[in-house]
Amino acid sequence: MMGFIWFWLVAVMIVGYVVLDGFDLGVGVLHLFLVRTEQDRRSTLASIGPVWDGNEVWLLAGGGTLYFAFPLLYASAFSGFYLPLMIVLWLLILRGISLELRNHIDVGVWRALLDGVFGLASGLLTIFFGAALANVLRGVPLQADGYFFLPLWTNWQPGPHPGILDWYTVIGGVVALVALTLHGALWLALKTSGDLETRARRLVKPLCLQLTALTVISLGATIHVRPESLDNYFNYPFTFIVPVGVVASLAGIWFFNRAHKPLRAFLSSCLYLFFMLAGACWGLYPTLLPATSGAANDITLSRAISGPHTLAVGLVWWAFGMTLAIGYAVFVYSRFKGKVDLETAAH
Amino acid sequence: MTPELIHRLHFAFTITFHYLFPQLTMGLALLIVVLKSVALKTGDEKWDRAARFWGKIFGINFVFGVVTGIPMEFEFGTNWARFSRLSGGVIGQPLAMEGVFSFFLESAFLGLFLYGEKRISRLMHWFSAFMVFVGSWISGFFIIVTDAWMQHPVAYTRLPNGGFEVVSFWQLLLNPWALLQYAHNMMGAVVTGSFVMAAVGAFYLLEGRREEYARIFLKVGVTAGLLSSILIIFPTGDLAGKFVAHNQPAAIAAMEGLFHSEAGAGMVLMGQPNEETGQIDNPIVVNDLLSFLIYGTNKAEVVGLDQIPHDQWPTALPLLFYAYHIMAGLGTWFVLLMLVSALLLWRGTLTHARWVLWALLLSFPLPYIANTAGWMTAELGRQPWLIYGLMRTSEGFSSTVSASNGLFTLLGFMGLYSLLGLLFTVLMYREISQGPEPTTAHAE
Repeated sequence: MMGFIWFWLVAVMIVGYVVLDGFDLGVGVLHLFLVRTEQDRRSTLASIGPVWDGNEVWLLAGGGTLYFAFPLLYASAFSGFYLPLMIVLWLLILRGISLELRNHIDVGVWRALLDGVFGLASGLLTIFFGAALANVLRGVPLQADGYFFLPLWTNWQPGPHPGILDWYTVIGGVVALVALTLHGALWLALKTSGDLETRARRLVKPLCLQLTALTVISLGATIHVRPESLDNYFNYPFTFIVPVGVVASLAGIWFFNRAHKPLRAFLSSCLYLFFMLAGACWGLYPTLLPATSGAANDITLSRAISGPHTLAVGLVWWAFGMTLAIGYAVFVYSRFKGKVDLETAAH
Repeated sequence: MTPELIHRLHFAFTITFHYLFPQLTMGLALLIVVLKSVALKTGDEKWDRAARFWGKIFGINFVFGVVTGIPMEFEFGTNWARFSRLSGGVIGQPLAMEGVFSFFLESAFLGLFLYGEKRISRLMHWFSAFMVFVGSWISGFFIIVTDAWMQHPVAYTRLPNGGFEVVSFWQLLLNPWALLQYAHNMMGAVVTGSFVMAAVGAFYLLEGRREEYARIFLKVGVTAGLLSSILIIFPTGDLAGKFVAHNQPAAIAAMEGLFHSEAGAGMVLMGQPNEETGQIDNPIVVNDLLSFLIYGTNKAEVVGLDQIPHDQWPTALPLLFYAYHIMAGLGTWFVLLMLVSALLLWRGTLTHARWVLWALLLSFPLPYIANTAGWMTAELGRQPWLIYGLMRTSEGFSSTVSASNGLFTLLGFMGLYSLLGLLFTVLMYREISQGPEPTTAHAE
């Protein structure tokens, strides 16, 4: 029971991270293409300025939760994905610093350079996160002692000796790139006004079509690479609600965007991310990290879980702390609600 | 180079660089609350501008702290997998709590503090500053709790698979080591914050501009600097030192360079420990002082390294000795400088005492050095243990990550952090030259 609860609590943290940091990553990618005027730049920046580092905290809090609830998974996955994780760290550093510098240094070549770094790092991060999730779904060559080490790529095939990148994980990366870019476009449509808003909204249509196609492809690919992903669904048929939710939220994005209801369109996109991630987690459960070297080496819930007292105590403070955290988030977002107003957005 | 050494350097380098930023933000957070409180009470716009100015400095340091802090949490898993696998149930707890209880709070209210001043009331803006202070100090607490458990493991039991499990949540949080180190460490952060604030004040006065802000900075910086410089030695440093002496005799012997057990042990003020001959070369010693500091009587016996098996000696003995002596020496300088400055401040002549202003300006890097040396003392003193007495450092690093992969990413971090250091300096220079007055670049 504790295992079930903590599995889903960690999943909640991951969903929280993707939904929240997702839109500012997407805005990072988009500003390279959408921004035309100085006014646009400042609106784009101001739309994520007060919230982006709070969004990134979900990654830290999620990582910490994973660490104490499933220490074996944390140890195994983080050391096994050593190289890509270090690249992720460097990208996170470059992205955060370039965003901060843009607030202070705003001249000529500097501006172009920092804009470029910010956009590129944001885009690469979405791809890495997508590929990371795909790596977990596909499985890794776990040894009996619970460790592995993955090279960046091998023969681009998801077989028993995969690399970080193969055709399947690349699909995962592209899905994440498109999904989060769309998520960012919906955020901009919600938060900005005038010409920029129009351009952001126009972008939603093609991105939504691409994402629909990619969703279908990635779903098929996942079933092909790891057919067991469907077991839970057939054992509990009501959980087919998840793919239905994916389709419905995609339709919601499309429909609400056309109907000029930007908040509902953005929320649909949050739901899309939620259903996709929850669906992936459900496909794995109760495995945490499948082994390509045979199911005996899988890292399962029961194998990775912390001691009972740790988890019981954790539940108390986690529930208390996250309630507070959500309270702060609601408070901050409500202070900055509505369209970005450059008059009051001085840094 | 062995994988163990690479992974140690990896963590040591990234954490040392990281901690340059939080030590300032934790110290400044308190001082900003002081500035905002005066502004709120007197309604004097100058104090609000001063708070806004330091808010900007805080903001830059905060972002550098965040981006260099994320790797720290990751490195427990990436570089110290075998340690994390066994200890996650215990130290994963405070690390997760830091995110949940502190970072959400801090980032939410910092956003309000920096971006929302026009959207909220004056009282609410003061409250945001206060919550940023609370958040950053909670964050420090959870990190110290994590470290304290490695230094002085309490409230644990072993699971059948070898992992550690908490038996008492409150004992883990209220580990005496954590409480003492926390008080000591936070005073260190206030020392950094107040020295930096005083140094900027001194800089403005020496340049002959922004005198009214310089006075504010000096008043707050010197007052807080004097209090924290005293508190960091007595009682916090004194108590922390005694606790180490009672619980980690090898560490204290190495810190003090005490190779032989002695009744009435002297304190070595300077010298070079020589591991081969087992003595201090060129020492300057104060007789009996060490016995007195630890036990309160100058004839008490202090355990020397000769009573400790060689395989339990701290592995970098001279470095530990120097780090500790640098920390203690600088601590003494802080009190002296701040005493003189406070005296002049009280008499109203500090603004004209150019030599003291120069000393204040040039001393701003020293708290960074002292804080770093203090952390090195604590962590090198723990060696060769990763969890004191329970797990050796050689048993904790990731066995699947080879030395060359570790070296590659260590060099990557060194390069990236050099760039970050450069950019940080540029940003600081710009903000400090721009000063607290409203300008067109930062629309009011």
